[in-house]
Amino acid sequence: MTPRFEYAPAPESRSVVDIASSYGLFIGGEFVDPADGKSFKTINPATEEKLADVSEANAADVDKAVRAARRAYDRTWSRLSGAERGKYLFRIARIMAERAREFAVLETLDNGKPIKESRDVDVPTAAAHFFYHAGWADKLDYAGLGPNPRSLGVVGQVIPWNFPLLMLAWKIAPALATGNTVVLKPAETTPLTALLFADVCRQADLPPGVVNIVTGAGATGQALIEHPDIDKIAFTGSTGVGKSIARTIAGTRKRLSLELGGKAANIVFDDAPVDQAVEGIVNGIFFNQGHVCCAGSRLLVQESVADDVIHRLQRRLQTLRVGDPLDKNTDVGAINSAAQLARITELVKAGEAEGAQRWSPECTLPERGYWFAPTVFTGVSQSHRIAQEEIFGPVLSVLTFRTPDEAVAKANNTPYGLSAGIWTDKGSRILAIADRLRAGVVWANTFNRFDPTSPFGGYKESGYGREGGRQGLAAYLDTEGTH
Amino acid sequence: MARLEVRKTYKLYIGGKFPRSESGRSYEVVSTGRSPKFLANAAQGSRKDIRDAVVAARGAVKGWSGATAYNRGQVLYRVGEILEGRREQFIAEVSASEGLTKPQATKIVDAAIDRWVWYAGWPDKLPQVLGNLNPVAGPYFDISAPEPTGVVGILAPQASSLLGLVSVIAPAIVSGNTVVVITSEDRPLPAISLGEVLATSDVPGGVVNIVTGRTAELAPWLASHADVNAIDLAGATELPWGELEAAAADTVKRVVRPAGDGADAVEPDWLEAPDLSRMTAFLETKTVWHPKGL
Repeated sequence: MTPRFEYAPAPESRSVVDIASSYGLFIGGEFVDPADGKSFKTINPATEEKLADVSEANAADVDKAVRAARRAYDRTWSRLSGAERGKYLFRIARIMAERAREFAVLETLDNGKPIKESRDVDVPTAAAHFFYHAGWADKLDYAGLGPNPRSLGVVGQVIPWNFPLLMLAWKIAPALATGNTVVLKPAETTPLTALLFADVCRQADLPPGVVNIVTGAGATGQALIEHPDIDKIAFTGSTGVGKSIARTIAGTRKRLSLELGGKAANIVFDDAPVDQAVEGIVNGIFFNQGHVCCAGSRLLVQESVADDVIHRLQRRLQTLRVGDPLDKNTDVGAINSAAQLARITELVKAGEAEGAQRWSPECTLPERGYWFAPTVFTGVSQSHRIAQEEIFGPVLSVLTFRTPDEAVAKANNTPYGLSAGIWTDKGSRILAIADRLRAGVVWANTFNRFDPTSPFGGYKESGYGREGGRQGLAAYLDTEGTH
Repeated sequence: MARLEVRKTYKLYIGGKFPRSESGRSYEVVSTGRSPKFLANAAQGSRKDIRDAVVAARGAVKGWSGATAYNRGQVLYRVGEILEGRREQFIAEVSASEGLTKPQATKIVDAAIDRWVWYAGWPDKLPQVLGNLNPVAGPYFDISAPEPTGVVGILAPQASSLLGLVSVIAPAIVSGNTVVVITSEDRPLPAISLGEVLATSDVPGGVVNIVTGRTAELAPWLASHADVNAIDLAGATELPWGELEAAAADTVKRVVRPAGDGADAVEPDWLEAPDLSRMTAFLETKTVWHPKGL
């Protein structure tokens, strides 16, 4: 076993964040109390300590938020020039960058993800997303989407807990750039960075009602989706909920974009640079505790190199540091919630029961909080639940293949189609395989890369619509003629 | 007694520094209006200054064109922020240079800042708007994307000392080109102040080089310089611009002609919204083929 270097603790200070004991709903530019006074608590999943009480919006609150968004759309936002909208977004991008440390620490406290990820990925990418879309606001005529692209109106947005601030940016930045106003519901377990974003809107002097944030659980989201004055819904989350939203709005004129689950295949050919591939495999599934819809949760490795790859992978996993998310050396943080931990545990048990071999590196998990050790299953067959269902945790299923055709067939053998990875030194093979993969994003000799300019989204039951790039603008614009 | 102001010395802006002309010459710049007043002595640039500026511009191509588009966008946006901070100064300078009232000059300066911000949003979008995948009839991945052409020479507009200037510099550097600018001959002062903005905005030295002086003296050297890839003749309104274009042909420079019909050259209304043409004029399209196959 490779010796693991012992590091002294290097915790990031919490003092940069100032968490209120309770939060209202952000409607019409101010925090207001919910109609029935209900609230729920949000906790730090690494310690189970309560961070704050957060308001639970009911249908009346959602209605109030939608009205505020409609008013802002009619009276100010839809009347502004693209250039002026863009200036607001530039301000937001700059303020997020200025307050990066605060956002990163708060995200890690509320979500459980390692500080090095919130600091180096979530927050800078979120700010970049606003910056990129700021520039689009007055250039929509050049986006190649047809003449006279028009805003839609009021957009309802529901986002998940795995990248709370980044998903907020993916939703709000394009919506505002294209001239829409929004009501956004963050996930019930991770509302705090969205509520801090409300303060960014204040600092940016964003007109009241352009961004409204309603906190709550499934019922709040349902009220938003069912609200008759919503023109478009954007949802990121599970495929199950996505299907239910599509059914709910069927027969209305509401538009919908869905970014749902995934079960990505990470395909390693025998000519792949193995050490680089191992890093990519680790990044693909253990980044953000595997709470990533595009996670490389199925490793497809060519049979002739399987033993070597698995050996090196296991050796590498022994060096991962699992623990305090605020520690700057931590690689794998806490599972976001008790419910998610239960789901991961249940699927892992199913994997064992179905006959796959379970392996984890030696690691000591903290006593309090929600934790799951990095886990690798070998001897997985395609029919196993751990090869078919999205685990959304730090669990990798390893399958093997002999020929490129077999790799493609196995990779595509899933109802999902969000992402895929290809590892090979042969460029022509990358391109040929990529052509045949039914996935919205294909990473070659890299994994989990995100950029505001690069469209992201899935095929099949991973959803429809794209976020980022020129294509992402289309989800928020009316570009239709008469037929 | 009223306090005596501390006046600014206007020099050239080359390679991120503010040298005097190597020629040691200067010329008097006066305000526009019924009773012209002395404003400053501007450096009267020489052929050697132009050549130094081209060397600086060439040296900056690699870093600037190699920076990520996101980074170039952020740097350019920063220029917009600093311009806004110096708004009052530019209003005064444009007012004096162009003989405008304060409200008129304010409108021009605000348009110049907004123009700059418009261009700041372009670096990471231009390849998305102009690049594409080519569906060639064979098993090939075939993609075309724009790249900067290199060093662009610019004759800045003669009348519009700031808005016109911004409208020719920004589109050239958005994509990663670097520029050598010969300013308006009679209204050069806002250009040097713009140089001060660029020098304090994280724009790498050499990306924008600004030379003041006699356009007729300097333009032929820039147009014929063998290490300049393209030239914008916007400011050749009082010159035989066809001769400059002919000189540019010796090294197959890309040429943007001045506005106007036939041999006449006029200044456009810079308040009009720009299109892509000043960006696309200084781009090369690179097409890459790669086979697909197992």
